[in-house]
Amino acid sequence: MTTSTNRQISDRVSVAAGWTHAGIIMRRNMLRTVRLPQLLVFATIQPIMFLLLFNYVFGGALTSSLPPAANGSYINWLIPGLLIQVATFGSSQTAIGLTEDLKGGVIDRFRSLPIARSAVLAGRTFADLARNAVVMSIMLVVGYLIGFRPTTTFAAVVLGLIIALLWAYALSWVMASIGLLVKDPEATQSAVFMPMFILVFASSVFVPVETLPSWLQGFAANQPVTVMANALRGLMLGEGALPAGTSIQSAVLLAFVWLVAVTAVAVPVAVRFYRRSAG
Amino acid sequence: MPTNPIIEAEGLVKLFGETRALDGLSLSIEPGIVYGLLGPNGAGKTTFIKVATTLLKPDSGWAKIDGLDVHQHAGAVRHKIGLAGQFAAVDGYQTGRENVVMVGRLYNLTAKEAKRRADEILERIGLFDVGDKQVKTYSGGMKRRLDLAASLIGRPTILFLDEPTTGLDPRSRLDLWSLIEEFVQDGSTVLLTTQHLEEADRLAKIVGVLDQGKMIAEGTPDELKNRFGASIVEVRVDPEDQSSAVAALERIDGGSAHIDTSVGSIKVFAADGSRTLVDVVRILDAQDISVEDIALHRPSLDEVFLGLTGRSAEQAEQERVRAPSRRSRTST
Repeated sequence: MTTSTNRQISDRVSVAAGWTHAGIIMRRNMLRTVRLPQLLVFATIQPIMFLLLFNYVFGGALTSSLPPAANGSYINWLIPGLLIQVATFGSSQTAIGLTEDLKGGVIDRFRSLPIARSAVLAGRTFADLARNAVVMSIMLVVGYLIGFRPTTTFAAVVLGLIIALLWAYALSWVMASIGLLVKDPEATQSAVFMPMFILVFASSVFVPVETLPSWLQGFAANQPVTVMANALRGLMLGEGALPAGTSIQSAVLLAFVWLVAVTAVAVPVAVRFYRRSAG
Repeated sequence: MPTNPIIEAEGLVKLFGETRALDGLSLSIEPGIVYGLLGPNGAGKTTFIKVATTLLKPDSGWAKIDGLDVHQHAGAVRHKIGLAGQFAAVDGYQTGRENVVMVGRLYNLTAKEAKRRADEILERIGLFDVGDKQVKTYSGGMKRRLDLAASLIGRPTILFLDEPTTGLDPRSRLDLWSLIEEFVQDGSTVLLTTQHLEEADRLAKIVGVLDQGKMIAEGTPDELKNRFGASIVEVRVDPEDQSSAVAALERIDGGSAHIDTSVGSIKVFAADGSRTLVDVVRILDAQDISVEDIALHRPSLDEVFLGLTGRSAEQAEQERVRAPSRRSRTST
């Protein structure tokens, strides 16, 4: 049995043990999603409602303003955008989960255990990533059933899905920072609601940016949610779905620049806030 | 005593904004005992536990667990300690067994070993039969016991319990007390905080009284009681007679008198309660002061405070609230 060697008194936690700890905490967080029915409903039913609502209620009126690459079908335009919308809205779950753990004393318990400090944040963000992967896959399937037909290759669609997941993961760390700063689940929710709402609706998620009022277009065309949605559309529908003069490569490259930048800022900030979160 | 202290602290200071949660706290605790930290809300009890369990870095001073500095050797210290905080830090949607096994796995136990130990501990704390039920179905007392179980699975030699029985009914409190007593019989050490004198009296070999981040008294429960009196004679007189009554009672043998403004009565701390009761009546009668009400009882924490500091624990708490403090919850 390896327990005796592992129990050696040491100040450092090995990298392998750190991954194991993160895995254990990730499993714990995922159990919560699975066992609390309302969380599972929030995570899966709500995005599907959004999908059905936008497609069947607004889809007919919106089709005329879509670029030809959408093949005259709103669902083709909608799915890449909705994947980014799910990633963006869903990320607030990271903040809520963390603040609930802070309040309930669970974080204090974890911090008193001989585990790597990063394991708690890693376990939390990985669990949220896994949840997002499940929700996005369900959305792709439901989307396919009601008519979503990518016009590119399978590999390109998968790369699009990966970008959506990386965006969800990067935002998870942003939300973790906010949650650790605000420390209260309700306050966190109201703090992040406004910015997320603006980012998602003043974007190309639901409609092409050119159809927005001109004063909004500058912001909407360049903010990260649009950048992500564009990258996914380019990968799933081809270059014709992108604003004039943008290539698929440049859209994907710009998305990766944002992903790297957001992650590179948010991860150290979250870790820093976590270290001083006990007070 | 020649044994090395298992918990040691020197000059601990911790500031939250303007509030001095710990203000030069020093203590030394011998192994194998229950040590009780007694004090009102805001006295610094939780802050000390957070420093000693590596959760908070002190602004100055140091703390050592089994000879290891808690800040420099946080990783090693965490292998030796178990913590049960003010909230039962267990997950409602996991079963009791899953909760304990998870903590065991985080102590690097194999899945098999964690399960074996979890069963053993659940058996010991009387939760074996409900171990496969989700914790949200547990009562408050059961959650507290489960929290204790989770803090025991790493086989800590020092257990920190922050107000372990707060909010429990008397029956669950008794259950938890016997679990704590069992734990020290194996040679481990327990540091617990409490606002209840009765709890410290029952469990602790040594009691430290905290006020405003400082130790204001320390000793065995008996020593402390001898200092502030084993019992209290509480007298209520006409408010107009109050000052002359205190003046008369000040000279009483083997006791000291204080006015407790929060309840408006005079409290005489006495080593021998029944004799003092008779003396109080005799003295007041000689002064021609009529007694409205008189009672003899054991001192509460509030009254220990009154005896030690001249102000009640409630007043101490209010002073703290009025003191400038950071907006966030400092939960000391």
